Amino acid sequence: MDLNPTPEQTQVVDAFRRLLEAKSTPAQVRAAEKTGFDAALWREAVDMGIPFMGVPESGGGSGLGLLDIALLAEVYGEFIAPIPFIEANVAGRLLARAGQPGRALLEAVTGKGIVATVALADTEAPGKQRPIPAGAVAEVVIMLEGDKLLAVQGAAPGVALNNMGSGPLAFRSRDERGAATTVLAEGAKARELHGRALDEWRTLTAAALEGLGRKAIAIGVEYAKNRKAFGAVIGSYQGVAHPLADSATDLDGAQLLARSAAAAADEEDQGGPKENGGRFSTLASMALAFCAERAQRAAHVGLHVPGGYGFTLEYDIQLYVRRAKAWPLALDDPRKEYQRIAGMLFNQPGTMEKWIFG
Amino acid sequence: MDFRLGGDSASELKAFRAELREVLARYSTPEVRARAAATGTGLDWDLHREMAERGWIGDDFPKELGGRGNDPVRMIAMREELDLSGAPWLGWIYARMIASTLRAAGSEAQKKEFIPRLLGGEMIACLGYTEPGCGSDVAAAATKARQDGNEWVIDGQKMFTTVAEVASYVFLLTRTDPGVAKHRGLTLFLVPLASKGIEVREVKTLGGERTNVTFYNGVRVPDSARVGEVNGGWKVMLAALAEERPGGGRDLKDKLLLATLESVRQSYDDDGKLPDDPVLREALARCAVDNEVSSLLGYRAMWLFGQGKNAGVEGSMFKLFASESLIRSSSVLLDAAGPLGVLHEGEQGALAHGEVEHLYRHSHVETIYGGSSEIQRGVIAEHRLGLPKSR
Repeated sequence: MDLNPTPEQTQVVDAFRRLLEAKSTPAQVRAAEKTGFDAALWREAVDMGIPFMGVPESGGGSGLGLLDIALLAEVYGEFIAPIPFIEANVAGRLLARAGQPGRALLEAVTGKGIVATVALADTEAPGKQRPIPAGAVAEVVIMLEGDKLLAVQGAAPGVALNNMGSGPLAFRSRDERGAATTVLAEGAKARELHGRALDEWRTLTAAALEGLGRKAIAIGVEYAKNRKAFGAVIGSYQGVAHPLADSATDLDGAQLLARSAAAAADEEDQGGPKENGGRFSTLASMALAFCAERAQRAAHVGLHVPGGYGFTLEYDIQLYVRRAKAWPLALDDPRKEYQRIAGMLFNQPGTMEKWIFG
Repeated sequence: MDFRLGGDSASELKAFRAELREVLARYSTPEVRARAAATGTGLDWDLHREMAERGWIGDDFPKELGGRGNDPVRMIAMREELDLSGAPWLGWIYARMIASTLRAAGSEAQKKEFIPRLLGGEMIACLGYTEPGCGSDVAAAATKARQDGNEWVIDGQKMFTTVAEVASYVFLLTRTDPGVAKHRGLTLFLVPLASKGIEVREVKTLGGERTNVTFYNGVRVPDSARVGEVNGGWKVMLAALAEERPGGGRDLKDKLLLATLESVRQSYDDDGKLPDDPVLREALARCAVDNEVSSLLGYRAMWLFGQGKNAGVEGSMFKLFASESLIRSSSVLLDAAGPLGVLHEGEQGALAHGEVEHLYRHSHVETIYGGSSEIQRGVIAEHRLGLPKSR
């Protein structure tokens, strides 16, 4: 066991942090609220290779593993950066996994810094028309339609939908004017690739939520250290301090869980055993379910510490409260993750025993 | 980063676990468990001695102190297997705790006399810190020790001296100078429980475990029973409390989930399938998620301790999350069983043979002993978040 990031990981994370400290300040996040996208920041991130860090080098990326990307996602969440960091990495990795049919598209995406995203729901399933994360800014949208995995390219970006998390959401479809469609995979392979992309999205979103929650608590702590009421600094009151301590604990757990999910993905990629028919898949759902709830809780606690100021738009905490709730909803009701976990761990007698005892 | 316990030596660890399971299974039988339940004492001497013979109590202690000098990661695995077994293994932790404290703060003579006996399974000692008038504020201890020639005379009372009924010594926190700040007037003694003037009285608890109140009435011990400096007891206490290092991995909560799953499967369906009830499924899945987080926090604390790092905050986080989530888990699992949930062990239809009902009652103690949740939150707020000491 070694829970320290490697020097290489620390170096990449620090570089991303420096960029966001300078270019994803609360003022810049607010300025990008209308579209949820900061084109200048995106260009800088592309120049650093950030959106394609997780794409193999052969596809024009940096070839990092999901754990490396998860560490970056934590920082992305902390700064609620208005760029589609998660979508770009997940879509790029999906194109790479699709092999030959996605090759030319992947080279264009990484070479030109094009925004690509993945529709999380099956677009053909009845009643499954869903806003697509980064759909309002993506030039390439990968979607699962029944048993076909398609890459839709070149259409005008969709009409942005105003939303709670100020994300660049839009409805998209393959029928858009001027769109070129590539079939990336069909049948079981299509579903497997899409399923894997969803698990990566779950894991990275979990990591981002953890970073978001950590920052929300930091905002609350800062206020609690300075504000006086009833003759004392309010951080000295247990009613204020203890919820912050509970959330700090939750978030350390959330971080370990999201990181362990990402590490499980990398292990499977390196040919490790796919225990229990996919330890990664189960951990990805666990991480999303846990991080979504605990980040939301942390944001609430962070809002509560400043009292009335907390719900004014002037204060930054509201930026976090809205995103903590909105991010996981891009997929679905996060409580459905529990049903998925139950299916994976409880349906076959003996699976849970193996999960615990190895 | 590597999340695998034992890293590259994981396969050796697996063999060690297999050995542990084989032995512990013999002490998790209904007979042994019934014996422990009847007395409330979580220590079975046959098991304790067998663990000692196999070198398991002092597995990670240096050889010159009677240990085996093995990799501390084995003790994480051991702690997990003990917790998952349901065997009465409590002697292990008391023997280790006192041995570690003496190793850190005892005289050479005390180390030589007691550590091999503790690791060899010959004796255990209980902890005499808490008093009727002070629990979390342990430095407020009022039990008096007064020097009389080369002897000390002790008068007072201690609460929660668990396992005193089977221990040969009590590690006793006393006040030797009432005239100075409370942390500066404390001294510790290792007192034989057979000493004249000691009375051990049983206290029954909600979870069925026995603890005690112990009375000290003019108890005389030689100065050689003193551990650490006179009035230097707080330093010894810090070492002792650090040895209570909260850390772990898979534990009671996992056992609880497995037991419930099995019981629910049997009671609903002959083919062993879990019912298609989303309420039940969500409750069970939430337990699985909490358990995962709890064990990760436990591994992290143990990993840091194993590297000789100060992991006070990380230990507190584990203790807080692990114990609070045990209350949540045992509560929702009982709910999941409906009216059968309340039945005691031995009753027809009792959920998981009554284990969940027992653990629900037991769970409350976990959020209190070894530093209550409120104390842990205070530690985290102060030392992680940098908030002022809170009251």
